[in-house]
Amino acid sequence: MATREQTYSQNPKIGPDQIKLLEKLSNACAVSGDEGEVRAIVLEELKSSPSEIQIDALGNVLVTCKAKKKNPLRVMLAAHMDEVGFMITEKDEGGLCRFDLVGGIDVRYLAGKTVLIGRKHTCAVIGAKPIHLTTEEERKQAFSLDSLRIDLGSGGNDGVKVGDRAAFATTFQQSGPSLMGKALDDRLGVATLIELVRNAPPDIELLAAFTVQEEVGARGARVAAYTMNPDIAIAIDSTPAQDLPSWDDTENTRYNTRLGQGPAIYVADSGTLSDPRLIRFLAETAEKHNIPYQFRQPGAGGTDASQIHKQREGIPSISISVPGRYPHTPLMIARLDDWQNTLALMHAALQTISPDLLKRPR
Amino acid sequence: MIEITPFLKKMLSLPGLSGYETPIRDLIAETWRPLVNELAVSRLGSLHGLRRGEGADPRPRLLISAHMDAIGLMVTGIVEGFLRITQIGGVDDRILPGQPVVVHGRQVLPGVVVKPPDYLLPPNKATRTVPLQYLLVDVGFPPEEVNQLVRPGDLISFGQEPFELSGEALAGHSLDNRASVAALTVCLDELQHLRHTWDLWAVATVQEEETLGGAFTSPFEIQPHLVVAVDVTFAKGPGSNDHNTFPLGKGITLGWGPNIHPALFNAFKDLAERLEIPFTMEAMPRHSGTDAYAMQVIASGYPSMVVSIPLRYMHTPVEMVSLKDIYRAGRILAEFIARLEPDFLKKFTWED
Repeated sequence: MATREQTYSQNPKIGPDQIKLLEKLSNACAVSGDEGEVRAIVLEELKSSPSEIQIDALGNVLVTCKAKKKNPLRVMLAAHMDEVGFMITEKDEGGLCRFDLVGGIDVRYLAGKTVLIGRKHTCAVIGAKPIHLTTEEERKQAFSLDSLRIDLGSGGNDGVKVGDRAAFATTFQQSGPSLMGKALDDRLGVATLIELVRNAPPDIELLAAFTVQEEVGARGARVAAYTMNPDIAIAIDSTPAQDLPSWDDTENTRYNTRLGQGPAIYVADSGTLSDPRLIRFLAETAEKHNIPYQFRQPGAGGTDASQIHKQREGIPSISISVPGRYPHTPLMIARLDDWQNTLALMHAALQTISPDLLKRPR
Repeated sequence: MIEITPFLKKMLSLPGLSGYETPIRDLIAETWRPLVNELAVSRLGSLHGLRRGEGADPRPRLLISAHMDAIGLMVTGIVEGFLRITQIGGVDDRILPGQPVVVHGRQVLPGVVVKPPDYLLPPNKATRTVPLQYLLVDVGFPPEEVNQLVRPGDLISFGQEPFELSGEALAGHSLDNRASVAALTVCLDELQHLRHTWDLWAVATVQEEETLGGAFTSPFEIQPHLVVAVDVTFAKGPGSNDHNTFPLGKGITLGWGPNIHPALFNAFKDLAERLEIPFTMEAMPRHSGTDAYAMQVIASGYPSMVVSIPLRYMHTPVEMVSLKDIYRAGRILAEFIARLEPDFLKKFTWED
């Protein structure tokens, strides 16, 4: 018992510094293909770390934390830096812009929202026709993307040009047990991975990939996995918690995950069948350390693992997520304790993972 | 000289839903106090600021109103820690999903309007709007705590922070009609260095978005000789480019129609032309949709006028105005008062 408590107490904790880092990451804009702002934060945070850091051809940040023993297990952890957003595709002299979507966004979330454009975070809004000028029939039909514009104001020297990316303009905040902000998918993963690099275990070679372009097909993870050539990979992401009531009070049986129930371990999604040895290992580790966890309901969705596990001769992979409500919308809600428990589980797993795991039956 | 932009941004950060205008009224009162001789609050909560003229007693009185209440939402029920909602004032359901809000329960709670996944809703096409009755507000607290903190009838205001945009534009919720409160404040500020014989009653009215409660009651108490409503009107923008919309930042509108006295319209029109303040005549064939609709028919009736500021995306949390138009509205009001002769009413006749 004493040893277990000792192990647990060494776990990195989510304190004010970690929350401040998450805030910085959430407020940064890094739409797929333009991840520079988050990359800069990651590099800054890991500047004093003894690990080797390289930036590859696609913009992934690849971090190697050497083991203190020979022939260690090579464990890749991936967290994506990019977020869903928009690209400006046309701009008129009055400051009205047509735009297209980058990543999966439900257009019904866009009208009446604020956005930030480009590296200067130029403020703009996505408006909607005044209700006074609409008919009842018209209001039943959702706005089409084609009818919406990003509006920069009454025309001025705003510096915005076609090709610029735009992200939701939500400001991060903490309220009670919850974290609220944009792009917590996957800044929660990025912040977790930074903590894991800082507390890298001595017995394994920890390969931390801060990936690009996850939201447009996990393209960064694909090349990162090739370069890193790991024995095992774990994607750290954020998965939807759909634990809302149904309209007619029938039981919601398709909740995917539930907020407050701990990290979500993936069994299967549309991109990956998790390695069964890794599923068992993560669940057993959580139980051993009394860390709450849940299995994500098998179903649609995908993570960096979808590309990683098919790289080279194949890489046994799994994903673990901090559950979050309303991903890919202007504001997500996640729980601080789910994040803490995800970090705790990952840290505990890295302490005990060994090459023996791969010798076990599948 | 009052800095209007910071004042306006401060107003846009405060709640003040129809019927619950106290937070916004307190801020306006604080700003107006040095600009007026007397301040009072009406029985329904409208703010009355009196700026005395220099004419001989009894002086004629001009009432200028700008409503200070805002649209928003209200809690109707709680289910598994999520709030069911209804609207206060006209809100298009389509702008609500993903909207940051502030729930005014036993404590102030930030939250967000959410659209449950389609499979938790009655069968519907993905291209159809999710009606308000199925939308929820999530405040991020567990159900048992939400039940302690929130109850039906609690107010929900929009949580978007105001945005300064290029080209002297500003975006935010409640610019309808706090842009006009700002214009009326510009007017009061200009009057610090203009002389006027008439008394001016600057009135920030309540409940315009629901019942016109302020506009129906303040004129009865003040008994003015002329009334002017300052409000916002539709600016041209995506989805609204018809003849009844006006360019943003290119000038104010002067209302014309049954809610407006033609002689008063002509006086404003002549003045705008003389001062070279750009304006458009706005046809208001029926209800002007402003305080003037109520103020015109109080007691024996009052000659009334409507001055409007073009605004994009009305009744969304990203309403947009041009600061230039706010200054223009404030200036024409101040100049109008300064030019009111003691005998203006005698010359004020029907021309038929």
